[in-house]
Amino acid sequence: MTQSPQAPSGADLPRLPVTLSVNGETHELTIDPRVTLLDTLREHLHLTGTKKGCDHGQCGACTVLLDGQRVLSCLTLAVMHDGQSVTTVEGLGTPDHLHPLQDAFVRHDGYQCGYCTPGQLCSSVGTLDEIARGVPSHVTADLDAVTFSAEELRERLSGNICRCAAYPNIIAAVTEVHAAGDGA
Amino acid sequence: MRAFSYTRADTPQAAAQAAEATGTKFIAGGTNLLDLMKLDIEQPSRLVDVSRLNLRDVTDTPDGGLHVGALVTNTDLANHPRVKADYAVLTRAIVAGASGQIRNKATTGGNLLQRARCPYFYDTNLPCNKRDPGTGCAALRGLSRTLAVIGTSDACIAQHPSDMAVALRVLDATVSTLKPDGTARTLTLDEFYRLPEDTPHLETTLEPGELITGVTLPPPVGGTHLYRKVRDRASYAFALVSVAAIVDGDRVRVAFGGVAPRPWRVPDAEDAYAQAKADGRADALIDRAFEGARPTEENAFKVPLLRRTLKAVLAQAGQEAQA
Amino acid sequence: MKFEQASPPNPIDQERVVTRPFTRIEGPLKVSGQAPYAYEYGLPEAPTYGFVLGAGIAHGRVTRIDTTQAEAAPGVLLVLTHENMPAQARSDTPVPQQREASPQLSGPEIRHYHQAVAFVVAETFEQARAAANLIEVEYEVTPGQFTLADTVDSGKEPKDAVDSVVGDFESAFADAAATVDLTFTTPDQSQAPMEPHATIAQWDGDQLTVHTAHQVVHWVRRGLALTLNVPQKDVRVVAAFIGGGFGTKLLFFSDAVLSAAAARLLGRPVKTTLHRPLIFNNTSHRAATIQRVRLGADPDGTLHAVGHDTWTGNLPGGDSEPACEQTKYLYGGEHRQIRTRQSELDLPPGASMRAPGEAVGMLALEGAMDELAEKLGLDPVELRLRNDVQFDPEKGPKRPFSSRRLAAALRTGAKAFGWDDRPRAPRERQDGEWYVGYGVASAFRTNLVMPSGATVRLNPGGTLTVETQMTDIGTGSYTVLAQVAAEMLGLDLNQVEVKLGDSDFPQASGSGGSWGANSSSAGVYAACDELRRDLAQKAGYQSANAVFRGGKVWQGAECTELSELAGKGGVEATARMTYGDLTEQFMQAGFGAHFVEVGVNAHTGEVRVRRALSVVAAGRILNPVTARSQCLGGMTMGIGSALMEALHVDHDLGLFVNHDLGEYHVPVHADIPDLDVLFLDELDDQSSPLRAKGVGELGISGVGAAVANAVYNASGVRVRDFPITLDKILAGWDD
Repeated sequence: MTQSPQAPSGADLPRLPVTLSVNGETHELTIDPRVTLLDTLREHLHLTGTKKGCDHGQCGACTVLLDGQRVLSCLTLAVMHDGQSVTTVEGLGTPDHLHPLQDAFVRHDGYQCGYCTPGQLCSSVGTLDEIARGVPSHVTADLDAVTFSAEELRERLSGNICRCAAYPNIIAAVTEVHAAGDGA
Repeated sequence: MRAFSYTRADTPQAAAQAAEATGTKFIAGGTNLLDLMKLDIEQPSRLVDVSRLNLRDVTDTPDGGLHVGALVTNTDLANHPRVKADYAVLTRAIVAGASGQIRNKATTGGNLLQRARCPYFYDTNLPCNKRDPGTGCAALRGLSRTLAVIGTSDACIAQHPSDMAVALRVLDATVSTLKPDGTARTLTLDEFYRLPEDTPHLETTLEPGELITGVTLPPPVGGTHLYRKVRDRASYAFALVSVAAIVDGDRVRVAFGGVAPRPWRVPDAEDAYAQAKADGRADALIDRAFEGARPTEENAFKVPLLRRTLKAVLAQAGQEAQA
Repeated sequence: MKFEQASPPNPIDQERVVTRPFTRIEGPLKVSGQAPYAYEYGLPEAPTYGFVLGAGIAHGRVTRIDTTQAEAAPGVLLVLTHENMPAQARSDTPVPQQREASPQLSGPEIRHYHQAVAFVVAETFEQARAAANLIEVEYEVTPGQFTLADTVDSGKEPKDAVDSVVGDFESAFADAAATVDLTFTTPDQSQAPMEPHATIAQWDGDQLTVHTAHQVVHWVRRGLALTLNVPQKDVRVVAAFIGGGFGTKLLFFSDAVLSAAAARLLGRPVKTTLHRPLIFNNTSHRAATIQRVRLGADPDGTLHAVGHDTWTGNLPGGDSEPACEQTKYLYGGEHRQIRTRQSELDLPPGASMRAPGEAVGMLALEGAMDELAEKLGLDPVELRLRNDVQFDPEKGPKRPFSSRRLAAALRTGAKAFGWDDRPRAPRERQDGEWYVGYGVASAFRTNLVMPSGATVRLNPGGTLTVETQMTDIGTGSYTVLAQVAAEMLGLDLNQVEVKLGDSDFPQASGSGGSWGANSSSAGVYAACDELRRDLAQKAGYQSANAVFRGGKVWQGAECTELSELAGKGGVEATARMTYGDLTEQFMQAGFGAHFVEVGVNAHTGEVRVRRALSVVAAGRILNPVTARSQCLGGMTMGIGSALMEALHVDHDLGLFVNHDLGEYHVPVHADIPDLDVLFLDELDDQSSPLRAKGVGELGISGVGAAVANAVYNASGVRVRDFPITLDKILAGWDD
């Protein structure tokens, strides 16, 4: 059993060691157990590409890939993910070497202010994988025959709010990348 | 978020024992608990991380049913071949809830334990008997549009927000638990969930330290499985009402979501359906299932909406049966 | 440079770069997570973290505040309350201001829910948030007025929306052959940009630097300096990337004021994000309205009586929600009566949200036009065409519109959308479970221009750098300004670098009221114009004859490389565009038309938008990619306001109860189909040398009415109490 000492009331608790692989790089941290994965990325690893939009699981801006699956980094604690790997928007591509989805977002204007964009991108990567694996959605007609469609994308990306409302352009961008077969 | 000590459990038994002390909470997916901790609504002094316990399997039971480990994620449960084939209402309900990201993290056990979405519960400045017993229920004369219409009390009118649990109720699923002393229990959902009465802060019959280890689905019952969720936007919103139905000729099983403090199912109402004339069946079921409903002025629309939604579901079942 | 007469031909007319569909030049930074927003700047020393505690009551006063436990909590460096807040300037109003002093923690009085009552600074974010929960606050609650409908009799004529009365409305209305007299209500709404309000404040001696999420750099600089009693020259504001604003970041709030005050006390940088559940009550919102629209027309639809009354409320000193504004200009009619009454409410401060006035005013006016068309048996498009007018209907032909293509927009849209194929009666068309209906509305938004300046520098090597305080809140400023500069200097787009959002650069219009692209482009135009003259002179050419093309300046067949003229030190010019009275001489506005098809579920009353088209005439479209995106955003926010967006007031407790993004619903992907935008060719010579007009708010102005009209066409239910949620449809079906 891994355990930290019982909390004296009001006091801070000892920090705990955690090892995370982020975008292929291993980070050994000692961290307050209250720190979310999101704040670990932003405040401790200075990877501010992952955004804090609501911090309560209601906007999707903090979406990252955790062991390859899209999750909300604001609703999980870093200490729970010792030994796991995280991919953030910075790990998808760089300005000089954009991931095909990043490139498609630029070409289709799949963003405006850009704040929800990293979440939309990580969510799109996860979504394309989920569709490929046959994970059904709310709009899937036949649970055993998941196929790609704009309607499927809209439903599956609905956890990523864009107040600037680049929605049609995001759907166009992801659809194009899916058609080209290089969204992974 | 208050400071807490963090413990990672290696076995279910160790987890239950570690969580027996007052102020301790299990954490698995964390998608509801951490939200509430940030808002100071939940203030655990100790978290027991159960996310790495070996409760991630979905296995066939000897009688042809299915056992689902408490830590199976919502996504994995919805996408399990046997669930899609034999318990499609469960898949349909799960994918109607939350978002893909949340379903990838949220667990079966955690989904059952998610807490109310009443806006007064969500703000520590406001009166709420569920959060702070004795302070009153501001929703009774405040914003209640989304809240429950039946099974409520003068102390609380919050609804249970889960979609998954509504499907589990219609499937007669049971919840398996393990107590700190090593004894195991099996509870129906009606045994698992308490109604608020005058203790709305007590939401389940779980005892201190008692860990949900899994959920068991009885052998498949066939029929047409449907889950219909009605909400204020097309996705990523809690239900105003939802209907989980298994339709098989003249027999139906129906549970309702978004309308009660727990998934709402009234077996008598299903009998009333079977006994009624064809064109009056949906009304007979709703009349019986929502007998004694006490909506507020703001959410009175939910009862006629339930009626309409059930009719839509039955119409859809008829079409699917024909097809 | 002053723009005071119709623009003569100028280099922008080449449209070699401007008007071309370039994608955003800062795009690669945004999509790779490299664009730094306010909270994300690296600091030379470890930052400290601020956390704002909001009041737990709506109206009253703090009688006791005990910070002992919080101060003793681990990591806590400072707890500010009204009892120990350093001296600040005073304000006559509890409403935070755009560019005036806006003190925080200025006294024990509580004027609205979640007003800041304490500010905790700690070594970590987790420590600051935890300590805030340890502060004990006791209040004396005093009764407040939280219900707009109860205050309509006490409303006063606001200074910012004076009565506009022409002719004899009451008689004309009484005598009209056909009339409608309708009351609409719109709820309080939240801007809800995805980036929360956030600030990093750091002091170096007397010099304050704030990285903050704000739409107008010089406003927050001035306001913050006045609040803190420091000279403006000592305050530097950086807002290079802003995660959306929609009006709420025209003001500055507790994150900015308290971070700056605390950073000075601590001698360390303080960074603060307002936590999302605080934002809805702590910051600004669009105030609710009650609107009565009365229209009187001939049997052929010609309007003679146009009446629009708006009732709205705010804290004392707050602005009105000018929902009548468009009714002054949109349609003809010789008898007009347009009035706003504003009452005092103890709700959080109301202020600008995308298209203040029009966004909700058009819901009423354009809903009433639809009902009038029905009453007259007229095509709603035709009714609008019959009342088109080419001059300000209040002032008459002496004040023409600078450009107005409403009729073309309606006709073009009707054809492109297939309006002739519309269902002629409610519940006439069904697609599976869904009743299908079409709706139309005009689009209108007043065109505003603001002074704006820039520096342009021809660098050694021949590239160009543009520097201006202008912000890019998602609107496309980086790209549009680069296009303008490239056009002016004959460069390719990739030879221009644009630096924005820094108070060290020349003052600019900032982003608000759809004035940003046109106004800031005019500022860059002015600077480029000056640079062109300097360069031509340097080359020994007559500036009037000089042509800038291909990285060279030409006079006839002679040319000189710009890189040669730049020399080793480069050449720079700074200029500012100001305006004469052309907006007085001419009524200036953008126009358009919205067409929407909805489905209304025959069982449940759920509404889904199936398709929508906006036709937009907004002068020269500087960049059709970014302008289209602005329209998509406006259309989507308009769909949200029609169907789901509402801050719900608890009329006893006096707060917006649904104060998070889970319960304040904005549209998600699944709510929004593929949307169409068509731009009409238009050049507005009176607006600026760019001949452009505002576009960012046209998309929202009217689209909600088109949705509502389509809902009626589908379902037969008129919902005038927004948003149109399914319970209201079901009530209309009366089961």
